[in-house]
Amino acid sequence: MFLDFFYALRGEGISVGLQEWLVLMDALGRGLHGSSLGRFYNLSRACLVKSETDFDAFDRAFLRVFQGVEGSLDELEDEILQWLEDPKAFEGLSDEQRAQLEHLASDELLQRFLETLAEQTERHDGGGRWVGTGGHSPYGHGGEHPTGIRVGGPGRNRSAMKVAEQRRYKDYRSDQTLDLRQTKVALRRLRNLTRSGPLSELDLDETVDETCRNAGEIELVFRPERRNDVRLLLLMDVGGTMDPYYEPVSRLLSALHEERGLREFRPYYFHNCPYDLLGTSARLLRREALPTAELFRRFDARWKVLIVGDAAMHPAELLQPHGNIDPREMTETRGLDWLRRIQDHFERTVWVNPDDPDVWDRSQTCQVIQRLFPMFHLSPDGLALAVQALVGARTPH
Amino acid sequence: MADPNEFEKFGGTEGYIASPALVDAVNAAIALERPLLLKGEPGTGKTLLAEHVAEGIGLPIERWHIKSTTKAQDGLYVYDTVQRLNDARFGDGDVTDIRAYIRLGPVGRCFSAEDRHVLLIDEVDKADLEFPNDLLRELDEMRFSVVETGDEVVARQRPVVIITSNNEKELPDAFLRRCVFHFIDFPERELMQRIVAVHHPHLDAQLLDQVLIKFYWLREQDELRKKPSTSELIDWIAVLLRSGMSADDIEHHIPFLGALLKNERDTEALDQFAERGGTYPREWGQLGPRYNN
Repeated sequence: MFLDFFYALRGEGISVGLQEWLVLMDALGRGLHGSSLGRFYNLSRACLVKSETDFDAFDRAFLRVFQGVEGSLDELEDEILQWLEDPKAFEGLSDEQRAQLEHLASDELLQRFLETLAEQTERHDGGGRWVGTGGHSPYGHGGEHPTGIRVGGPGRNRSAMKVAEQRRYKDYRSDQTLDLRQTKVALRRLRNLTRSGPLSELDLDETVDETCRNAGEIELVFRPERRNDVRLLLLMDVGGTMDPYYEPVSRLLSALHEERGLREFRPYYFHNCPYDLLGTSARLLRREALPTAELFRRFDARWKVLIVGDAAMHPAELLQPHGNIDPREMTETRGLDWLRRIQDHFERTVWVNPDDPDVWDRSQTCQVIQRLFPMFHLSPDGLALAVQALVGARTPH
Repeated sequence: MADPNEFEKFGGTEGYIASPALVDAVNAAIALERPLLLKGEPGTGKTLLAEHVAEGIGLPIERWHIKSTTKAQDGLYVYDTVQRLNDARFGDGDVTDIRAYIRLGPVGRCFSAEDRHVLLIDEVDKADLEFPNDLLRELDEMRFSVVETGDEVVARQRPVVIITSNNEKELPDAFLRRCVFHFIDFPERELMQRIVAVHHPHLDAQLLDQVLIKFYWLREQDELRKKPSTSELIDWIAVLLRSGMSADDIEHHIPFLGALLKNERDTEALDQFAERGGTYPREWGQLGPRYNN
């Protein structure tokens, strides 16, 4: 039952790792739960859950596993004690070994797991290296390794290869998901540090030089602090085909809003393709709109432009006059010409596309736009490349 | 196995009523020698808790208030170059001893102190994104070295580390993994009555009831961007008292809304609610199940 709790938590989507689990074991070993289910609840939540957004999931898992236990708390205790003192589980591991194994980071563990899988050609039980059961290799099931990866379901004696084929580790992949923090880390590189503003920082080297020149009379030299000089203009496609990407795109937007390092940041919005007017909010209200031509007056060429959109639309929307699908607007200038003007005016413009790169070439308009702007995928790696293209050393496109 | 009683150190103090979950989290952090990460809405007493933990377990406290410009290094030590240059110029003090110009920061002072301290790292989310990561090693191993002298500062007594966060920024996973976490819930009705009683001791019971119903109802409205918190409630009550409002006056509308809502859009959203003919609740029963169990 006790291990069920761990898997129930994982099942609810809480990212409990073995590191947190071992902390809880440590706490239980010290008797911090004081033989009370309520305190066990408090203790396990404090040790295992790191965000209040996961509290609800924790509660559901806790209820499911420990429902009906209140009457027989001793049973629970027994099980915990059993788990802690199970001679089979800790067999053959000295404290030193344990400590050593505990330090294996999970990435390293996964790497070695894959390597071991590649080496392994036959089934294996016991021992310390191969993937199998009952041993103390970090990989496998039924064995004991402090930070081990458990391979496969509750059944013993299953081939680790077969279980691994189910790709339980898909979720570990970092090129797939883009959370808020990853987004921010990628955007952190969006900087071009220059010294400007008030003299507020002591320049030690200059001070020493000047003092020497001054025959030992202290001459303090100050300089401006280094500041980020990047001004960013965001043009974002909203609505329609962009709706499925609401989550990642809004994370990008909130990361940009919170990125205080930027000197200036202005977002504007459009639907499918920018025409004569840009929305100043995602609602694209006409009365709040900014004439697109105004962009070129307000923002000089040094502004970096980040366009976010799937670049997929009907070809006429991009290539024909009056292409705007909004019937209220008469837009004689073609969408493509507006994009060209943006490209001409600003020194650096990149396009970030939330669509899977595999489908980019299926859309004719996406192909056309790719010839105009460097296009990157909205993923941690893609975003890093996009930022590089905006502020990095100039590469011919 | 260690004596469990050894860790039963914190149980709340007279000035701070801690929930059992909070007490357990504090004690777990102390016993496991891991930092305690406290989160909660602004104004729920996170910083205050650290002070009272220190008081409750009888340890001195070292405070480190984080600002957006704070660097991890500042907490360890600062090398006072200007002073040294100045002393060199005027012949004050012994400038050959760099150690005299190393000023320890809050973390450094905790490590080098003879007795155990509580170290409060307040509002860790105010700092740069990488700030928590920069402190990982120091807080894990409880040691750091001073580059200028090559000295190593090792904690004599492992401090009790309490970190507060307002959730302005996401904290890195590696950092979270090392912490014991506690989220301070927003005060429930009963606790709030006690808190209000501290600030406005002679408040009419009927008025308080109406005030709290409106307040908790406002907090239930999902359209609001910034939900009113305890401090805004206290201010609002003060305004109501000054203007001589009674329980009847606020039964059907919410006067002095500006004291509760600080965001123009929130005020607009509420105006629209009234224009659409929405009615404000007058009894606890009209609120969600949270307040009626």
